[in-house]
Amino acid sequence: MSTIIEYAPRLWEGLIVTLQLLVLGSALALVIAFAAGLGRMSRNPVIRFPFAAFIEVFRGTSMIVQLFWAFYALPFLGLELPAFQVGVAVLALNEGAYAAEIVRGAIKSRPTGQTEACVALGIGPVTRMRRILIPQSIPAMLPPFGNVLVDLFKNTSLVATITVLDFTYMGLEVRTNTGETTAVFITLLVVYFLISMVLWFMMKWFERRFAIDRTKKASPPKLWAIARPGGGGVGA
Amino acid sequence: MTWDTDFAISILPRLLQGLWITIQATMAGIAIALALGLIVAVIRYMRVPVLSQVLGFYVLFVRGTPLLVQAYAAFFILPTFGIVLGPLLTGIIVLGVNYSAYTAEVYRSGIEDVAKGQWEAATALSLPARPTWTRIVLPQAVRSIVPMLGNYWIQMFKDSAILSAITVSELLYVGQTIGADQYRYLEPLTIVGVLFLAVSYPAAVLIRRLERRLAISR
Repeated sequence: MSTIIEYAPRLWEGLIVTLQLLVLGSALALVIAFAAGLGRMSRNPVIRFPFAAFIEVFRGTSMIVQLFWAFYALPFLGLELPAFQVGVAVLALNEGAYAAEIVRGAIKSRPTGQTEACVALGIGPVTRMRRILIPQSIPAMLPPFGNVLVDLFKNTSLVATITVLDFTYMGLEVRTNTGETTAVFITLLVVYFLISMVLWFMMKWFERRFAIDRTKKASPPKLWAIARPGGGGVGA
Repeated sequence: MTWDTDFAISILPRLLQGLWITIQATMAGIAIALALGLIVAVIRYMRVPVLSQVLGFYVLFVRGTPLLVQAYAAFFILPTFGIVLGPLLTGIIVLGVNYSAYTAEVYRSGIEDVAKGQWEAATALSLPARPTWTRIVLPQAVRSIVPMLGNYWIQMFKDSAILSAITVSELLYVGQTIGADQYRYLEPLTIVGVLFLAVSYPAAVLIRRLERRLAISR
């Protein structure tokens, strides 16, 4: 164990990269989620179809396949990006596709009376979406967004396979240099776990803060109900 | 240097072999996840002192850590304790254990959805614990969660590509190997993506249909 302490700075460097991936990836994923989610709801098939195809392709394959494709195959089509940028882009596109379905689902599940009231009051489609439907849908989006956030965080580890020097990559390097296999991996697992817990609690706090139903605010967070996993496939 | 169809066709048989390994790993992995998840869910529901709490932490911990790191940990740590299983078997166990934490939560939601009257009726008829579970509670619990378990199956199928990192010769690993040998990544990795999509998308559509059918008949 003591030999790992020497290498702690390397692990720390890796952890910083992992946290950068988390912050940049989730910010970009949020933008993609709203763009693709709203795009897929468009009545115009020329707009709707590309977004639907994007969402289904990114949800239908796993992130590691997308990473490999973007890192190894894409240069053959003339686009060569540094590994870190590939990592951020794929994280954001992959989790953004999952989150887009959350956005779409939450907005679609608003009572039709809201839309009808807007029509009756002569509120146009853009204002209706921006001022009425989206703000109302945010509380319903938060719990599944929390799961996507934790998934995104866990998936940052995959960038180690395309040579990004993240926390996992540094862990493997330290293992090779010290031979302290068990200690290194326990360190990795515990740190990843603790950060996941922080993210879970953060999202729980947001959920209570933005709950429409005020009584919900009073109830304490239930740890076991926290992470409905991002779940699989279509319609999860 | 762009798409070469002849090359793509020539590597297809090897990639399909990789897909077969992927499917085998997923089948074995889901079998472990379904069995282990059920055991975890039932023990947690019965509130066995200490054991239930330990399993609760197990579920939380497995879900809070990346599958890739779990796979590396198992792959590198087990041999230091003299347990040598080979990449495929290690990978299957990691997949199964990882997903058991998710299926346990699914089972739990199914068990909690079973009406309380069912338990009370079983008690009133002094039905022993075992048939209460196997004949009354679980059959009703499982029905409503079949689509959710199906979605995890698809998710596991996609996630199994992560096992390429511990040298399991599944689909992505084969694609990656061909790419490195020939220095042509475009065709193998594109086919890998298409093959994953070709299995997971129809499966997802089927699950969605199943979900609708089970929902209506309730």
